[in-house]
Amino acid sequence: MSGESTTNTRRRLPAVEGWFTVPEAGSDQSPALIGTLCRSSGTYFFPPERVMSRAPGNSDSDLVDVELSTRGKIWSYTDAQYQPPPPYVPVSDPHVPFAIAAVELEKEKMVVMGQVVPEVAVADLRVGMEMELVIDTLNVETDEETGEEVEMVIWKWKPVEDGSAS
Amino acid sequence: MSNATVEQVAVLGAGMHPWGKWGHNFVTYGVAAARAALEDAGIDWKDVGFVAGADTMRNGYPGYISGATFAQALGWTGIPVTSTYGACASGAMALDAARQRILSGMCDVALVVGADTTPKGFLKPNVGGREDDPDWLRFKLLGASNPTYFALYARRRMDLYGATQDDFAAVKVKNSRHGLGNPYARYRKEVTAEDVSASPLVASPLRLLDICATSDGGAAMVLTSMDYARKHLGDKSPVRISAISTVTPTFPNTIIEMPEFATDSAAGIPAPDLKFKQAIGHAAYAQAGIGPDDVDVAEVYDLSTALELDWYEDLGFCGPGEAEKLIRDGVTTLDGRLPVNPSGGLACFGEAVPAQAIAQVCELTWQLRGEAEGRQANDPKVGITANQGLFGHGSSVILTR
Repeated sequence: MSGESTTNTRRRLPAVEGWFTVPEAGSDQSPALIGTLCRSSGTYFFPPERVMSRAPGNSDSDLVDVELSTRGKIWSYTDAQYQPPPPYVPVSDPHVPFAIAAVELEKEKMVVMGQVVPEVAVADLRVGMEMELVIDTLNVETDEETGEEVEMVIWKWKPVEDGSAS
Repeated sequence: MSNATVEQVAVLGAGMHPWGKWGHNFVTYGVAAARAALEDAGIDWKDVGFVAGADTMRNGYPGYISGATFAQALGWTGIPVTSTYGACASGAMALDAARQRILSGMCDVALVVGADTTPKGFLKPNVGGREDDPDWLRFKLLGASNPTYFALYARRRMDLYGATQDDFAAVKVKNSRHGLGNPYARYRKEVTAEDVSASPLVASPLRLLDICATSDGGAAMVLTSMDYARKHLGDKSPVRISAISTVTPTFPNTIIEMPEFATDSAAGIPAPDLKFKQAIGHAAYAQAGIGPDDVDVAEVYDLSTALELDWYEDLGFCGPGEAEKLIRDGVTTLDGRLPVNPSGGLACFGEAVPAQAIAQVCELTWQLRGEAEGRQANDPKVGITANQGLFGHGSSVILTR
């Protein structure tokens, strides 16, 4: 979570705080989205709701942070053929299209969007295909005080090897 | 209409400023539309008892208080105003505000106005870093523009129902033909399936010509009580508003919606029987006491060509996965059994956000009066509009005569 420096690499920082775990380099832990569970209704929230449950009638329920399933099936998918407008930060000039997938998590019964890892295009995807969560570069920013380059990371979806459409 | 659950109001006037990229202040379009609607109604501005403005977020403070902006431009008369915002559904909210005033007996005549001046290109979030605003964050963290979401729905139709890009193109071809004769439409040019397939891919599977542009434009309506209409019109019967649905989603909303990162979870509380877009039309049908089989003409929000097909199903014109058959069989063309978007739709207009839901109702007014020259459906008696605004705003209006 804390974006620790690792030797010989740029410092990695989550592009948004508190939405996903970033295991340290070399760790055998898998990254995961952090959601919240509304204990009384059994409803999950992502991005995490930390003030009050949005499940009607459960406003007094405890909300606890939980790691969401790291695998799911594609609900639908598309790509960004044109560079999105700001605050999207361009990562290349010219823009290289990237895919976006909406992935259904079975246990949580919810669909979560994410960019798809860069080497995978729309032609490689199908509704129902199994995907797993990875942490990857969103963009590189320069720390205004130190001049240091910092890698901003985000969750992305990646096809599971041998994960065929059901 | 004995099953209706809400009383009707009369539509006495409809007016529009043509859509385009005119570069004028949005007030210019709103005032032109308002004056056209008042003239159409044969009602003097000084007899209007209430103004409801649909706001624009892209034109500074006057856009946030549009009711007052239009009232001032038309000449202050001391009447109360309101200004509504519900993204693309703003116009329906303004119409609903006017209807409430009339049905509560607080006024006889209400003016509803929406107008916009839009910048070129993708609609984008307001400037400034806002880490707690999902509309800002989705651009920042996902690079997800509006067409991203339209494309997710389109792709799902392809993988689930066997829809093709040719089916989507057929919607554009139909709407471009409908709009040819509409003097208020911005694009009045026939578009072929080849034109669509030759246009650049924006968000797979959607191409540039599958996605609506953004436009300047203005639309206005004069609504009155049924009593006032009877006195004003004598024996002539007005087009009536039988329903205005402005529903929000019911938790858990299990369809991914702009600008969200995720759907609600259905793990604890089961998903409602009706998806949000189905609920929008359902609420309108319930108010009017009618069903999909009663509808003769429809104006639906074709932000993308594929989205028009979603509406066929969500409004109950056919079952899930059957919309492609309707477009292939020509059911929804002007000379078909159920013409959809006789105006040419967003495909021919481009979206002028706060004006668009009002423009849909203007078009149906002219259709039901038999005044839609160059694009008239065959003697329609019941029409429905449908649209959905960012952040959970439903919008559906039923007109009858």
